[in-house]
Amino acid sequence: MTDALKNLTVPGPTMIALTEPFWQAVESGRLTVQKCNGCGHHIFYPRALCPHCWSNDLSWVEAAGTGTLKSFSQVHRPAHPGWVPAAGYIVGLVVLTEGPTMLSLILPHGDQAVNVGDAVRMHPTNVGGRMLPVFKTTPDMENLEDAP
Amino acid sequence: MTAAIVGIGELKPVRRTTGRATLEMIAEVSRAAVFDAGLEPGQIDGLLVGPQVGETPQHVPATVCEYLGLHPSMSNVVDLGGASGAGMVWRAAVAIDAGMCETVLCVLANNREAVPPRSPNRNPIREFDVPFGASGANISYALLMQAHMSRFDIPPEDYASIAAWAQHNAQHNPDAIFYGKPATVDDVMASPMIASPLHLLEIVMPVAGGCAVIVTSEAHAKRLPQTPVMLLGAGEKLTHRAVSQAPSLTSGPLKPAMARAFHQSGSTADEMDLLSLYDCYTIMVATTIEDAGLCPPGAFGQWLRGRNLGFDGDTPLNTHGGQLGFGQPDLAGGMTHLVEAVRQLRSNTEGRQIRNAKRALVTGNGATMSEATALVLGAAQ
Ligand SMILES: [Zn+2]
Repeated sequence: MTDALKNLTVPGPTMIALTEPFWQAVESGRLTVQKCNGCGHHIFYPRALCPHCWSNDLSWVEAAGTGTLKSFSQVHRPAHPGWVPAAGYIVGLVVLTEGPTMLSLILPHGDQAVNVGDAVRMHPTNVGGRMLPVFKTTPDMENLEDAP
Repeated sequence: MTAAIVGIGELKPVRRTTGRATLEMIAEVSRAAVFDAGLEPGQIDGLLVGPQVGETPQHVPATVCEYLGLHPSMSNVVDLGGASGAGMVWRAAVAIDAGMCETVLCVLANNREAVPPRSPNRNPIREFDVPFGASGANISYALLMQAHMSRFDIPPEDYASIAAWAQHNAQHNPDAIFYGKPATVDDVMASPMIASPLHLLEIVMPVAGGCAVIVTSEAHAKRLPQTPVMLLGAGEKLTHRAVSQAPSLTSGPLKPAMARAFHQSGSTADEMDLLSLYDCYTIMVATTIEDAGLCPPGAFGQWLRGRNLGFDGDTPLNTHGGQLGFGQPDLAGGMTHLVEAVRQLRSNTEGRQIRNAKRALVTGNGATMSEATALVLGAAQ
């Protein structure tokens, strides 16, 4: 699967000045999100202001890179032709331990079935020649949502 | 018309911006106006924007509301060139007068790059969803459906039955794309899996087409030849653009939109003679039935069992076949639900007239269960 992903010809992220720190961190295998210094919420995707309190005093902070799968879909007929060679790939919604949800590609642990509620961990992966914050299910990390 | 302007914002003009998205400029100037007014962001419940948000060619209000964390109950693009700003103000005033919202943010902003970016479409969904293989609406609705299915432990056949009913009703509409091609629950389940758990026949078929309606005053309506159909109530709500930003995956903005429409019309979901529900995917109808309060969350399957959704049944639902049976002529697809409701309330629907149809619920839905409008229509007294 990983080789198939690397060789895809697919659209990469359209980064802007504001979102560049996020993608730079991903290049070095780290996941960062914004944190609002006004109300304390973590924010993803990156914005010019906090969508909770509209403070523009935001800092980049390191995220744990862990989360829980809120939903997923196995894509058999991709809408984008570039993804056809990887058909059968899984897209999921990951609730990060810090709070916000992000959409990502989900790599199953071995040949285990993917389920809503699965614990996942970031697994930076080369997709079409770029590093993306892909996630992998980690059955040994059940009930992450109950962690403090 | 009575309305007051209570806050203003303005950015210092610059010849060039570098690397700034229009969304950032909109955020900065909106912040200035809202804080000038002494308001909290959450008090904004109306949003009027211009069409020129460069990195967002479609779903502009939803994209702006998602970025700002707003959940407006009235929203619009005002595309009147240099008259857009002034045009926003009276539109805000009539929306407030109509009880659709209380406080409206009217905002226009633009960036000005020396070299226009190579890709014109640089909105958040393009940056943070598309690179992961999540292009198109199918995946978003598959994610909504999987979340609903898992949370309430619902068998896939329950969703498939919605498509089967749409195909059944399409057999009474010679204009429907699936006329003459009925499908059973088994047929739906046997159709190819597109993005799990969505089967091909649970997804609308794109077609060419069109819809139009004429709206006039009650006084003028009395002098025209057609039996008028009255607008009794309306509601609207926007919560997000991308499915990853949805406040809930199992209940949508139609819930508050329908609540407002029912409240304005002084009626309840149970009193509707026709449910004309937006059905881009089977999951959309399932969630709408639950959000309308027709049954508890997760119980649409039990609610459907034993009911007849045909024009001659106990619970007529999408009697034209819905978009699942009729086909989806792009944006006009949603309007087919409106046109069918008007036909039924005029009592002149050929071959599928609901007996004694007095009230209809019409729902519209956009993006990824993001943009919602509900109407309650009534037959002339
Ligand atoms: Zn904040």
